[in-house]
Amino acid sequence: MQLPGRFPGGIHPPAHKERSTQQPIRQLPLPEALILPLRQHIGSLAVPCVAVGDHVLKGQCIATVNGRSGVPIHAPTSGRIDALFDHPVPHPSGLSEPCIRLVPDGRDCWTDCQGFEDYRSLTTFQLLERLHDAGIAGLGGAGFPTANKLRTGVESTIHTLILNGAECEPYISADDMLMRERAKAVADGADILAFITRPQRVLIAIEDDKPEAIAAMHAVCSERDIQVVTLPARYPSGGERQLIQLLTGREVPSGGRPADIGVICQNVATAAAVERAIRHGEPLISRIVTITGDRVANPGNVEVLLGTPFSHLLKHTGLSGQADRLICGGPLMGFTLPSTDIPVIKTSACLIAASEAELPTPPPARACIRCGYCADACPASLLPQQLFWFANAGEWDKAEAFNLFDCIECGACAYVCPSHIPLVQHYRHAKGEIRALRQEKTKADQARQRFEAHQERMQREQEEQEARRRARAEALAQRSTAAQIATDDKAAKAAAVRAAVERQQKRTATDEATVKRKQLANAEERLKELKSTLAEVDADSDPRRHTRLLDSIARQEARIASLRAAVESPSTDAERHD
Amino acid sequence: MTGILTATLTVLLLALIFGALLGYAAVRFHVEGDPLVERIDALLPQTQCGQCGHPGCHPYAEAIAAGEAFNRCPPGGAATVQALADLLGQAPQPLDDPAGIAGSVRVARIREDECIGCTKCIQACPVDAILGAAKFMHTVIESECTGCDLCVEPCPVDCIDMVTLEPTLDSWHWTAPEVLIASDKDRGEAA
Repeated sequence: MQLPGRFPGGIHPPAHKERSTQQPIRQLPLPEALILPLRQHIGSLAVPCVAVGDHVLKGQCIATVNGRSGVPIHAPTSGRIDALFDHPVPHPSGLSEPCIRLVPDGRDCWTDCQGFEDYRSLTTFQLLERLHDAGIAGLGGAGFPTANKLRTGVESTIHTLILNGAECEPYISADDMLMRERAKAVADGADILAFITRPQRVLIAIEDDKPEAIAAMHAVCSERDIQVVTLPARYPSGGERQLIQLLTGREVPSGGRPADIGVICQNVATAAAVERAIRHGEPLISRIVTITGDRVANPGNVEVLLGTPFSHLLKHTGLSGQADRLICGGPLMGFTLPSTDIPVIKTSACLIAASEAELPTPPPARACIRCGYCADACPASLLPQQLFWFANAGEWDKAEAFNLFDCIECGACAYVCPSHIPLVQHYRHAKGEIRALRQEKTKADQARQRFEAHQERMQREQEEQEARRRARAEALAQRSTAAQIATDDKAAKAAAVRAAVERQQKRTATDEATVKRKQLANAEERLKELKSTLAEVDADSDPRRHTRLLDSIARQEARIASLRAAVESPSTDAERHD
Repeated sequence: MTGILTATLTVLLLALIFGALLGYAAVRFHVEGDPLVERIDALLPQTQCGQCGHPGCHPYAEAIAAGEAFNRCPPGGAATVQALADLLGQAPQPLDDPAGIAGSVRVARIREDECIGCTKCIQACPVDAILGAAKFMHTVIESECTGCDLCVEPCPVDCIDMVTLEPTLDSWHWTAPEVLIASDKDRGEAA
C-alpha cells in the first residue's frame, strides 16, 4: 500500500531486535514481593483503598483515583499488603514515590471477574467506565489513561482508528512478540476500540522489519474490517504524531490532540489489554517486557506482573557479568536505572542490560559546528540547533517561539550530532525550566491576588474600626453635652438659691436696722420723758425717786448708744450671716 | 515672495493638524497611573516577605520605578534581577541576599501539637495562608504559603519551622547537561 504521507527527518539506527525475538514470551515465577507505585500513569497519585495487613485477591482493586486524572491499581496476584511506603520508581530522577508492597501468598487466586463476551450490548460509556476501572493506561510509553483518550474520541468525530504496532525504537520487541503470539487478542481489542470510537476505518501499522507479526495480523484481520499497513522501518515512525502523518498525510496541529483531526491512536498492547478487560473482566496487572542487551544471558520477552522488581527479571533471564548500564525503555528515549530494585510499571516496555562496548558512555560534547544534520533528522521539522543555542543560553522565550514544546524528545538529533551534544537533555532541561517558571508565575499571581484580598480586608477592617471609634466618640460627645446641660441647671439653681438667700439676708438685715432705729427712737423718746420727769422731781423732796430716775436715764443712754452703734453699722451683721 | 508665504502657511497648517492630532491622542489614549509599576510587580515573586525593606511586592515595585536598586529581592533570585534589568534596560546587579535564602523553595510548617492557638501568625501572614481560630490549632495551607518568614517571629512558642521543600516527581525537571567540551575532558577529570 502506498502511504499517503511521510514525516520529515528520521534515522535508521541498528535495530538489535533479533536476539529478543528468538524465544516465545515466557512467564516468570512469582517474586518474593511486588512493589506497586501509586502512579503508573499520567495524572495524579492513586489513593490506596487497602490497609497494611489486608489480604487481597488477584485482580482486586488496591488503589482508586479521585476524579478522572489517573487509573486505579489492582493486585497482580493474591497476597498480603505488607507496607505502604516510599520507594524509588522508574523515573529519570530516581526519586521515590508512595508504593504498596504486596507479599504474594503463592496461590495466585483470582477475585471475581465478570467478562462480557457480548460487549456490543453495553453502551459506550459503560465500556469506558469498565476500561477506567480496569486500570488501563497506554502501554506504549506515555501511560495516558486509555478511557480518557477514548473519551476525547467519543466527543469528536473519528474517521481513523490507528493501532500502533510500529515499535520503531531499537532493542524493543514486546509488541512484535505480542502480535506474533496473540494476534487474535489484539484484533479483538481493536474491534472493541472501534466499537467505542466508531471510526470509518481501522488501521494496524507495523514496520516492515517485523514480517512474522505482519503475517500473524494479516491472518486474523483478513475476515475483519481491519487493515494492516506496513511501514518502512524508520525511527521514529512509531511516534504518535509521526504515525498519523504517515497514515493520513495530515499533521496534528501544534498543541492539539489527534482527535482534533479525527484520529485516535492506540498501542497494540493497549488493545490486547482492552480485550482482557472487556471480554474477560481482567484488570491490567501484567505486561510484556523485553529483557535484552549484551549482559543478559537469555534475552527475550517475558510477561511480568506489574510491581516485579527488575532484579527479579534479571535473576531469571540471567546476567552474564556486571551490566555497565541498565536502561529502562529504549536506547534513544529510555533512561538509566539507578538500581535494580525498581519495579516494573504499566509503561515499562524494555530493560536493557548493556555492556560498555554496546552502549558506550557518550563522549564529552564538542562545540556545535552548525552542520545542520540535526535539522535534517528532526521528525517534527524543528530547528534543533537554534533550540540548542537558546536552551543553552537560557533564552526560554526564544526557545518557545521556536516551538520547543513540539519537540517529541525522540533523540534523532542527538543521534546524528557529530559533536555528541546531548541535545535532548538540553531541550528537556529548557522545557522543565519553562514549566517551572509558568508554575511560579501562576503561584505568584495567586499570591498577589491573596495579598490584595488580604490588604483590602485589612483596610476594610481598619475602616470599620475607625467608623466604630468615631461612632463611639460621637456618642460620648453627645452624652457630655447632656451632662453639661444638667450641670448648668444645677448651677442656675444654686445661684438662684444663693440669690434668694442673699435677698433674704438683706431683708433680714433691713428689718433689724428698722427695728433698731425704732427702738432707738423709742429709747430717745423715753430718755426725753425721763429727763422732763427728772426736772419736775425735786431731788431733795424725793431723793429715792431722783436716784431711780438718774439710773434709768443712764441705762437709757447706754442702750441708745448701743442701738446707735448697731444702726450705723448694719453691714457687720450681714457679713456675719455669710 | 508668494513662495515664502505659501511655505509658511503650509508649515503652519501642518503644525496645526499635527498639534490637534497629538492633543486628541493625549486625551484618547491617556494612561492612568504608571504602567511600569505593574510590569515590575508582575516580575516580582509576590512572596510579600518585606526583605527588600518595603511592606510587600507592589510597594517595592513602586520604589524600583522611582529609582531604587532592583537587586533586593532574595526570593526572586538572580532570575528576577535579570528580568528586571531587561525590563528597565539597566545592567544586572549581583543579588543582595544577606540571609542566603535565594533559590530554595521554602514553606512554613506549624508543629501542631505545640501550637497554643494565639492567632498571632494568622495576623502576620500576608497571603492568608494560615488557617485556625483562637485557642484552636493553626495550620499552614502549604500550596498558598509563599515562604516569607513573617509568621515565624510573632509565634510566642516558636512552633513554626521554615521547611525547604524536597523535589517531588511533579516538581522535578531535568538539569542542564554538564558543559564539558572534549578539550576540557582531562582537566574535568583531574579536578
